[in-house]
Amino acid sequence: MMKVQIVLLSVFSFIALAACDRAPDAGTQAQGASAHTLHYLTWSDYVSPELIREFERAHGAKVIVDTFGSNEELLAKLQGGGSGYDVTVPSDFMVSIMAAQGLLAELDAAAVPNLASLEAQLQHLAFDPSHRYSVPYLWGTVGIGYDSDVVTSPPDSWAVLWDDRYRGRISMLNDQREVFGAVLRLMGQSMNTTDPLVIEAAKQKLIAQKPLVKTYASDNYAQLLASGDVVLAQGWGGPVARAMADRPSIRYVVPKEGGTIWADCLVVLRSSTRKALAMTFVNYLIDARVAAATSERLLFAVSNREARAFVKQDVLENSAIYPPVELIPRLEWMTDVGKAMRLYDRAWTELKMQ
Amino acid sequence: MMAPSAIARKARKEADGNATAWLLAPGVLWTVFFCLLPLSVIFLVSCATRGTYGGIVWDFSLDNYRDLLHALYGRIFGQSLLLASLTTIICLAMGFPLAYYIARLSPRRQAVWLVLVMVPFWTNFLVRTYAWIFILRTEGLMNTVLLKLGLISAPIEILYSNTAVVLGLVYGYLPFMILPLYAAIERVDRSLIEAAWDLYADRWSVFRRVLVPLTKPGIVAGCVLVFIPSLGAFITPDLLGGARSMMVGNLIQHEYLIARDWPLGSALSMVLMALVMGAMIWYFRAQSAADGKRRAS
Repeated sequence: MMKVQIVLLSVFSFIALAACDRAPDAGTQAQGASAHTLHYLTWSDYVSPELIREFERAHGAKVIVDTFGSNEELLAKLQGGGSGYDVTVPSDFMVSIMAAQGLLAELDAAAVPNLASLEAQLQHLAFDPSHRYSVPYLWGTVGIGYDSDVVTSPPDSWAVLWDDRYRGRISMLNDQREVFGAVLRLMGQSMNTTDPLVIEAAKQKLIAQKPLVKTYASDNYAQLLASGDVVLAQGWGGPVARAMADRPSIRYVVPKEGGTIWADCLVVLRSSTRKALAMTFVNYLIDARVAAATSERLLFAVSNREARAFVKQDVLENSAIYPPVELIPRLEWMTDVGKAMRLYDRAWTELKMQ
Repeated sequence: MMAPSAIARKARKEADGNATAWLLAPGVLWTVFFCLLPLSVIFLVSCATRGTYGGIVWDFSLDNYRDLLHALYGRIFGQSLLLASLTTIICLAMGFPLAYYIARLSPRRQAVWLVLVMVPFWTNFLVRTYAWIFILRTEGLMNTVLLKLGLISAPIEILYSNTAVVLGLVYGYLPFMILPLYAAIERVDRSLIEAAWDLYADRWSVFRRVLVPLTKPGIVAGCVLVFIPSLGAFITPDLLGGARSMMVGNLIQHEYLIARDWPLGSALSMVLMALVMGAMIWYFRAQSAADGKRRAS
């Protein structure tokens, strides 16, 4: 019996030790491999391998790219601490959450000179007014992608998603904040409302819309548009722009009631052990020429206004990629709604169970 | 004073005891560290509160469970139970004849068929589910072929419905039904079936009164292996159901990954586990009661 206890005890302490050891171990291991290894955690399909290689050559560094699928997943990955990552790309609202949790390092403005050439609408935003922690990188809007062969009168309002003529040929994002955002704008409300009555009214409108909706999809709506399975899709501009290559009749519009503006922002993590190199990397990614190449490859707008000079004309003029200037005042940033999240949650679940 | 042989026996007993402890240790430790401990953590989290930024605040209450009393969640659990039961029944109805057929083949052919049953596992489940989208969608493979053959005049809209969800679940979990059934049927002594024929049992009686009782462990194992993962499925309802409705797996995933509401997600997980556990305990109780009665009579 004694022996069993000893065994149990020693195994337990071994596991406990191993657990304690893990975090610093990950750090030293990465350092040991090379003093110039950078761990970049980004969205899937969000880097251009040639540009990464170019950075590696120029700085004698190695960049290891890992991916995440959503802001929430990113937060979960980092909250454990000691993740071993140096640079990542949270969206606007997540920057404020990560900063509040003390996960982000302060940027050294001298190391990121390209900060000076940010587009006007991306400067001093509410989630990080003085760019203490973050630099906007890729940005865009949420609007409606549609097939102009079928939807012949160009839609200008979110109301088109309630048009019975397109029953069963509409897709909405599988994202509660964006779906509620669209209907809230249609109702003339802020998409960040925390008023239970307004959220309830929005839910009723969405329930009325549901019979027309073929699917709630965040990943494959561009394919659905390109294949003709749907003719109206709520979506981010970039994927809609990609669908245009497959089906030239596809168009993109941000309705007159306005829509979401978003920006994925580069940040350096506080736990990074190579902050100087990390900031050099951040500065490299938003360099005008590098950003322009990224923009053409990924079909998203980049934050450096000087990059526009290098971006191909057809990309620059595509409103799904570069939102027209006159649109900017009608766009709204999504913010964390705190406790009201449960209201949205409940309403979203009720919508799904209709 | 003990006799020398008694001392030796005692020593051997002690050694056996030690060996037992050593052999059990890995399994016990595994269960404690990777099952009981995480489960306790989930339970603790389920009694906590969501922080402003989605973290966990440790003020304990049963509010999350109280929130789950809302009829909405009852409907989600109800729908999940329905879809999982349907999946299990269809898998059983399809799997039993196939398993029976395979079990009656020559060993060589059995091996070929079993490999064929397992081949789908060589490809990732997500990829295979995407393949179903291409088969089922409006302008997909199924509709194109059926339209060309003139069997239908308008495309069948099956994708993004609960029918597609059940189809996907049956497709995904059918092997889990076939394999235990095959193992059970293969072990059945054929002479017992011949004896039943000799005693003038008709086909149905042979099946119901000989084959089913003898293969019951396989049937139960297959049903459990299909029912439980179907109940918690979330990829299939999202992709093939078009996220138009929710199964409890989607709800849990939503609470953890989208709403960042770990406490509510944990409470949901606990309720789901309790339901499954309750159903299993009820089943085995009923089973042993029935067995006891049979033995007594």
